[in-house]
Amino acid sequence: MAEHAAVIGIGQTDFDAKRVDVSQVGLIREAAQRALEDAQLSWSDIDAVVIGKAPDLFEGVMMPELFLAEALGCVGKPMLRVHTAGSVGGSTAIVAASLVQSGIHKRVLTVAYEKQSESNAMWALSIKLPFSQTLVAGAGGFFAPLIRGYMQRSGAPDDTGIRVALKDRLNALKNPVAHLKLPDVDFDMIANSPMLWDPVRYLETCPSSDGACALVIGNKESAAQERSAPPAWIHATQMKTEPTMFAKRDQVMPQAGLDCSAELYKKAGITDPRKEIDCAEIYVPFSWFEPMWMENLHFAPIGEGWRMTYEGATALDGDLPVNMSGGVLSTNAIGASGMVRFAEAAMQVRGQAGEHQVDGARKAVGHAYGGGSQYFSMWIVGDQPL
Amino acid sequence: MNQASQEQTALSAPHILEYDYRRSLGPVLSRFFTGLRAGKIHGIKTQSGRVLVPPAEYDPETGEATTDEFVEVGPGGVVETWAWVESPRASHPLSQPFAFALIKLDGADTALLHAVDAGEASQMETGMRVTPRWAEESQGSIKDLSHFVPEAEGNADAPHPPAEATTDIVTPVHVEYTYSPGKAASRYLHGLKEGKIVGQASDSSGLVYVPPRGACPRDGVPTSREVEVSSKGTVVTLTIVRVPSENIKVELPYCTANILLDGADQSFTGLLQECNLDEVRIGMRVEAVWRDPSEWDYSSENIKHFRPIDEPDVPFEEIKEYC
Repeated sequence: MAEHAAVIGIGQTDFDAKRVDVSQVGLIREAAQRALEDAQLSWSDIDAVVIGKAPDLFEGVMMPELFLAEALGCVGKPMLRVHTAGSVGGSTAIVAASLVQSGIHKRVLTVAYEKQSESNAMWALSIKLPFSQTLVAGAGGFFAPLIRGYMQRSGAPDDTGIRVALKDRLNALKNPVAHLKLPDVDFDMIANSPMLWDPVRYLETCPSSDGACALVIGNKESAAQERSAPPAWIHATQMKTEPTMFAKRDQVMPQAGLDCSAELYKKAGITDPRKEIDCAEIYVPFSWFEPMWMENLHFAPIGEGWRMTYEGATALDGDLPVNMSGGVLSTNAIGASGMVRFAEAAMQVRGQAGEHQVDGARKAVGHAYGGGSQYFSMWIVGDQPL
Repeated sequence: MNQASQEQTALSAPHILEYDYRRSLGPVLSRFFTGLRAGKIHGIKTQSGRVLVPPAEYDPETGEATTDEFVEVGPGGVVETWAWVESPRASHPLSQPFAFALIKLDGADTALLHAVDAGEASQMETGMRVTPRWAEESQGSIKDLSHFVPEAEGNADAPHPPAEATTDIVTPVHVEYTYSPGKAASRYLHGLKEGKIVGQASDSSGLVYVPPRGACPRDGVPTSREVEVSSKGTVVTLTIVRVPSENIKVELPYCTANILLDGADQSFTGLLQECNLDEVRIGMRVEAVWRDPSEWDYSSENIKHFRPIDEPDVPFEEIKEYC
């Protein structure tokens, strides 16, 4: 990494099932303007824009980067669009960071979004093609069997997923922009919620949200400006991909994720992630993915990730708080979800997280995955430059 | 299998992708579309005083927010440039030959793209003045402004607007593809048509893909050797689906299983029926239930579903790497 880069502005929209009060442009600009305000910068201070969203079929706007260029003040500036399915918010932030780390730009605005209410994600993810039979019922239909595989391998108690969901739903109550808030949530409410894709219950599943997230990433000079919150220094970024299907692929514990996190820690000089990382905001669209990713991220030995949930290690007051924001389980504007994870990690080390702040958070992991657990993007941010 | 036979067997079929997207307009475009219902065209002022038509939430030159000052423009305007459409398509705004034109309405600083009905191309010229014609019935869309005509034809009365505002629009998307599953999948479908499940083995590792993909994604090496596999297999994992999906016409609840056929090295998703849902489990032995041969087509639907068979379960240790 040639140049230091830091998150110097963060903006999120209010998330909801249907943001019918705004257009797509209005939604995206709401996040971008909040990020610019947080960075105390204006549109003219930005050198380049990088946007990301999940498949175009979700809103039916092909190549939305074309019409968004003017809406994001890009005339005469470089603009890139990134797509890596559900992990796109993370990889978009990484592409933006690389433009600063390489010394090409001083200040880059990056925005990721989804306005899922304009169509239906279950439809868009289960298109029937000629000659074939559509049997996989959306993302839940794909991931539920993998969860069952994890349960069988690990022998984790059946209520592990309920415990994850309860923790994340309680955390969401502390997050002013979170979408799904259930003030009366308790263990029984989740346990008694309907089974959708056995073993995944309704309240162990992410909602469908409209929303956007934006970051301003600046170089060392730009980060030196006095702001209401200090910069979040980007210590390391890493992406890794593998095919969705191949013979003997370990879909429960994908090698790409194991390798991605191992290389991430190496870049950031971390040898004992469980001890050295203060908190992690990770992509958990179905509750059981918390223990699965705890193992994939080397926070727990293989087969032991569920113990972290069970023992309260991942709670807001645990030794490695996970999904302080309420996570994807509480807010899921798919294209934005990866960037929200990266943003939450940055908010934690900037001390900006309000009621869901982890005391003394100095190093945080942001994590996203997408497709059939085939795209991984991650970063580590810290309160000091590496 | 030689090249010629591969080419003979490649299948294709029409595939239509369509959906009616519902877009919320936000405060600025909502004002524009609501105005069209009453025969009024609104622009908006930027901070530098330019009038944008159609109005936008931002100044396209700077990205700064526009003001909240709306300005009624037109109804007449000047054609800045145009393109003649001699043979309109079904989705075009007019069924007779017309011009797409960029029209700068009186009082606006930007041009609006719309249709001009001028009879024939010789009647069109850059700089000509045009005036709107309104739809007889409001649809709450850009079609409320039906089209423009040369101003010499006279101004039209504004329509009687319905009471409600336009806050969203429906955008139907309809795309027609010719879908080709490719040579490997076509070979597989030819097998299914004859009641056989034919996979392909990797030239490098010997691993067998069902359905075949033409190459092994592990190393990119072609899978050129065809292998007929069994109709029997093992459930490596499963789910019970209790939530409806628009594209899946199976009665809820139903079990889908990742099934590893005997002789294959990759599981695929199959419907598991003819058993109680509380009996389905990892390691269960199952077999394909085929439709009547008279119904066989180039389709994975030739296999109606899978059902349990009376064989002992396979220990998890033996199948866990296929999960």
